[in-house]
Amino acid sequence: MDITDFYDTFFEEAEELLADMERYLLELDVEEPDAEQLNAIFRAAHSIKGGAGTFGFDVLQKTTHLFENLLDHARRGELALRRDIVDTFLETKDMLHDQLDAYRSGTEPDQEAFERICRTLQRLALEEIGQDLDGGPPAAGAVATPAPEPAPEAPPADPTPAGGDGCQLVVALLGVNDENRQLLVEELAQLGEVRGQSGDQARYEVTLETTASADDIEAVMCFIIEPEQIAVRARAAIGQEAPAAIADAPAEPVVAAKTTPPAKPRPVAKGAGESTSIRVAVDKVDQIINLVGELIITQSMLDQTVSELEGVTDGSLVNGMNLLQRNARDLQEAVMSIRMIPMDFVFSRFPRVVRETSGKLGKEIELVTEGESTELDKSLTERIIDPLTHLVRNSLDHGIEPPGAREAAGKPRTGRLVLSAKHQGGNILIEVIDDGAGLDRDRLLAKARENGLNVSDAMSDDEVWQLIFAPGFSTAREVTDVSGRGVGMDVVKRNIQGMGGHVQIMSTPGEGTTIRIVLPLTLAILDGMSIKVGGEMFILPLSAVLESLQPAREDLYAMAGDDVVLKVRDEYLPVVAVHEALDVPDARTELTETIAVIVQGEGRRYALLVDDLVGQQQVVVKNLETNYRKVPGVSAATILGDGSVALILDITGLHRLSRSKKEARRPVRAAHSLEALSDNPLETSS
Amino acid sequence: MNQTNDAALTAADAHHREFLVFSLGEEEYAVDILKVQEIRGYENVTRIANAPDFIKGVTNLRGVIVPIVDLRIKFHLDRVEYGGQTVVIVVNVEDRIVGIVVDGVSDVMTLSPDQIKPAPEFGVTLSSDFLSGLGSLEDRMLVLVDIDKLLTSDEMALVERVSE
Repeated sequence: MDITDFYDTFFEEAEELLADMERYLLELDVEEPDAEQLNAIFRAAHSIKGGAGTFGFDVLQKTTHLFENLLDHARRGELALRRDIVDTFLETKDMLHDQLDAYRSGTEPDQEAFERICRTLQRLALEEIGQDLDGGPPAAGAVATPAPEPAPEAPPADPTPAGGDGCQLVVALLGVNDENRQLLVEELAQLGEVRGQSGDQARYEVTLETTASADDIEAVMCFIIEPEQIAVRARAAIGQEAPAAIADAPAEPVVAAKTTPPAKPRPVAKGAGESTSIRVAVDKVDQIINLVGELIITQSMLDQTVSELEGVTDGSLVNGMNLLQRNARDLQEAVMSIRMIPMDFVFSRFPRVVRETSGKLGKEIELVTEGESTELDKSLTERIIDPLTHLVRNSLDHGIEPPGAREAAGKPRTGRLVLSAKHQGGNILIEVIDDGAGLDRDRLLAKARENGLNVSDAMSDDEVWQLIFAPGFSTAREVTDVSGRGVGMDVVKRNIQGMGGHVQIMSTPGEGTTIRIVLPLTLAILDGMSIKVGGEMFILPLSAVLESLQPAREDLYAMAGDDVVLKVRDEYLPVVAVHEALDVPDARTELTETIAVIVQGEGRRYALLVDDLVGQQQVVVKNLETNYRKVPGVSAATILGDGSVALILDITGLHRLSRSKKEARRPVRAAHSLEALSDNPLETSS
Repeated sequence: MNQTNDAALTAADAHHREFLVFSLGEEEYAVDILKVQEIRGYENVTRIANAPDFIKGVTNLRGVIVPIVDLRIKFHLDRVEYGGQTVVIVVNVEDRIVGIVVDGVSDVMTLSPDQIKPAPEFGVTLSSDFLSGLGSLEDRMLVLVDIDKLLTSDEMALVERVSE
């Protein structure tokens, strides 16, 4: 087996470690860092370093090494953390990620970036703890220098008390060859003063007077040898003014170094539990889902056949069929849940986004996430990240005011941004809520006019808010790094629509704005209403269906040309006949004999005329574009119980299609329809 | 001497290609057998609205939605009937699965390179771009269809171009 076979495992592990690292860094309270978190970050860096060393990923190894050393100082309280230091750590984490990606794609990481981050870390170390982080690219001269003569005197025979504020440590090197030993002794010499050394290859002891701690020394030497090869113990301090030493030397003997600050309840214990998951390729899961879909179809075919059998008296057959149906449904549900992942996967990256964006904008923002455990289909969670990031940035930039303005308005300095997710019926609602200034109706309208959009003061608030999704629309007074270029919001809307969802906006001046994304839970299964038109069966997404009714003649009104509207209670709804939009032959053309299904898509309501309602059922959504192409008015297809294909109608697309068809027809039929109007069976509106 | 003959034969064999012969009306056509996934009956096709007339619709091929194209309509044949003999050749083209309706499948033929003649310029119905040649077999002539090119061409409207 080749070592490269393990690369993928390493990459995946490293990726997880980096994700952990980021999470801990973001949770870190700089005033009162939690020792356990710091340790976790340190361990992550250490593990990556180990792996990188094994696989010969030099740059990654060296970067993590420096990082690890710095983290080590931090976890022992020698490096006072500040926000900007944590920022540097985060930057380093990103850099590690980039390096990892480079190795993964089989290229060498960017050398310049590597050197830059090394310099940054070194500088940080020098400035903050006045210590050089050794172990960067090794100094060229170092190797050539001959090792100091092994001093003949044995450590115990060296009674010299520690001068100065250092203490003495005995570093034992186990099974280290000569060449490495020389290097190590040099490294040690840089950490402190070598007081004595002796031993052989199996066990070589170096007595060191140093301010560095045992952990420090181990961390340095891990760069050259394995941790098991090192043993460090404090040398019995003789005649040392111990209390004084501890007072002004940050480094303490090994034992003392382990003391941790009084246990404080850890704020979050997320992800602390041992993971009992397995990693499975998504296409394997999809394959299972497809197969289960097939099973369901076969099962309903069988069911249909059995129900059509005359005189079935055998109770066990009927029972068996029922059991099969229940098991098949349960199986389908269980399999579908494999694809569902908690929203935490999406939300967990926002502390970082908020931190960076608010830093850039000079705003103080508290991020609150709610409903992290709400589950969503994996393909959707991946696709929601970008639009959501955009919305969050937008809220931070335009929504929440700068601290000064907030205080002037009598609000707390710190703005509050809430990210929430919850289920509602077959949908998931994801909300971005800010307590900022709210949308400015007048400014939106003015801007819309400036952009040549057709608006009027009579527009409802909802319609005005939706203007922010118009292409090239930005009311930001100045273009910032973060937003304001007017690109993006229209893309956000398009992306969300592409996922079968839509966006709602609620805003109150002075109190804030809520942007709500409504998404179907999964793209793979749909609650459908089957309808019949002519001899053909179609599926309507149940989520779009509001009600259905048989239109009465007196509620139908013909309008200019061949348009018809239907009065439902106090509302006039445009009418779209499925058979017209989709050219279905042999459909009922007498409007009062059809059934009007009131549907809503993208906030637009209309009446869809169909021949019959057949029933409600869950359908497995099959992509039409895999082997064919996009069909106007149709969002996908499914397979019915009898094995035939039924098309799933796209409510918004159907309306568009019907309009464009009418428009295409209009010039030709204009004269004709005027004539036809006189003997139109429908009453014309007066 | 014998040996050279054998070698020549094997080399020639390597260039032999197998074709599935099908009929459209009175004419005989053939496609590279390696493109063919299966042959099945014509049934249960769901119509697709607002599509060209030669796209009969989509069908369920073991859980996969597959478009069905009637080559007889595409090639403007006079008689287009759906009967017991009507079959669908399911072909694999550029990672896509497409079913083509034909009047019947007759046999599988092996053609040597010298039996494949270049296709002359045709009329407008079937551009010679979509042909890989004409196969001559004693008194029969097979129209060798380049099914990849044909089915992915713009005029078949089966594939959505990225630019669209």
